[in-house]
Amino acid sequence: MSDEQIVKKFMYVNRKSPYGTIYALESLEVVLISAAFDQDVSLTFTDDGVYQLMKNQQTDGIGMKNFSSTYSALGDYEIKKIFIDKESLDERGLSLSDLQELVWEDEDEDYAEKSSINLVSRAELSEIMNQQDVVLSF
Amino acid sequence: MKLGILINEGPYQHQASDTALQYVKAALKKGHEIYRVFFYNDGVNNATRLATPPQDDRNITKEWSSLAKDHGIDLVVCVAAAQRRGILDKGEAERNGKDSDNIEDGFRISGLGQLVEAGIQADRLITFGD
Amino acid sequence: MNMLHTINKSPFENSTASSCLKLCTKDSSILFIEDGVISVMKSTKFSETIENALKEFKMYVLKPDLEARGLPLNNVIEGVEIVGYEEFVDLTTEHKTVQSWL
Repeated sequence: MSDEQIVKKFMYVNRKSPYGTIYALESLEVVLISAAFDQDVSLTFTDDGVYQLMKNQQTDGIGMKNFSSTYSALGDYEIKKIFIDKESLDERGLSLSDLQELVWEDEDEDYAEKSSINLVSRAELSEIMNQQDVVLSF
Repeated sequence: MKLGILINEGPYQHQASDTALQYVKAALKKGHEIYRVFFYNDGVNNATRLATPPQDDRNITKEWSSLAKDHGIDLVVCVAAAQRRGILDKGEAERNGKDSDNIEDGFRISGLGQLVEAGIQADRLITFGD
Repeated sequence: MNMLHTINKSPFENSTASSCLKLCTKDSSILFIEDGVISVMKSTKFSETIENALKEFKMYVLKPDLEARGLPLNNVIEGVEIVGYEEFVDLTTEHKTVQSWL
């Protein structure tokens, strides 16, 4: 781990649906590791990446491990900036209610659960992306 | 500048590793420092010394290895991704009860933290993938 | 300088280039590499998209990838700058962040 107090803005951009390729799973693995480095971490779900957060994923039939519950642990790792591209949802006939809820517990408010999800327009998302120091797209 | 490189695809199937090689050579020529090259996803397959491409084709693994040797570049293969895909150094082979290792000289196996660290320490992190 | 975006997919194969164009902020730059170089050819179904985007973004295309594919340099849409690997390196260091659209 770094001794220096460098805090950079890291954004992980997820653009692919889960299971068809390994990118969603291995992206999530990087995100979880990055939590240990005390950086300013955010996740973006855009394009087919929004399918990563679908509720009711059942993978028994394809013989693969269902990793969708791992997303709900992000809050425990202090990763609480999740950006979802509204237009990508719209294009796919989806809304936030199709996706799992992601929350974090605010220690300062008696561990009140707060939503980590920010539904953003493309214009907002591009501004947020523009502020990043490191962008990792999977 | 200090540059970090991330390679997410294996050799030959995709141009990613070739483009990264050309990029790194150009960066070195221009006097930049390569802080680390990190191999992730199928990119870990760049590290196997058992690949035997046809004689008249490039050997991407050897190219990385000799570039690393000549310029002291840190080539790091993600341990979790490598285990999934059967890329092993001696220690990993022993730990996992495998009968051999297959990692090329100049590559080392380590954790994903090395990627995050490259993101923190390098001035730029450039990804090559599919 | 803002972000450098790299695109390595043909616009006929998938929508990466379109997604990138929608999420780029003004004064970002876009570099087309690998199969992405197909995006900046004249007289294709996609040319107009690039020509319009050139009003907002700087665009570059990697010469060795054009040459490898037999794509004539004079068929690159005007305004798109043709660069080599060394200029690719310069572009990554001149911009604050690099996003590879994979």
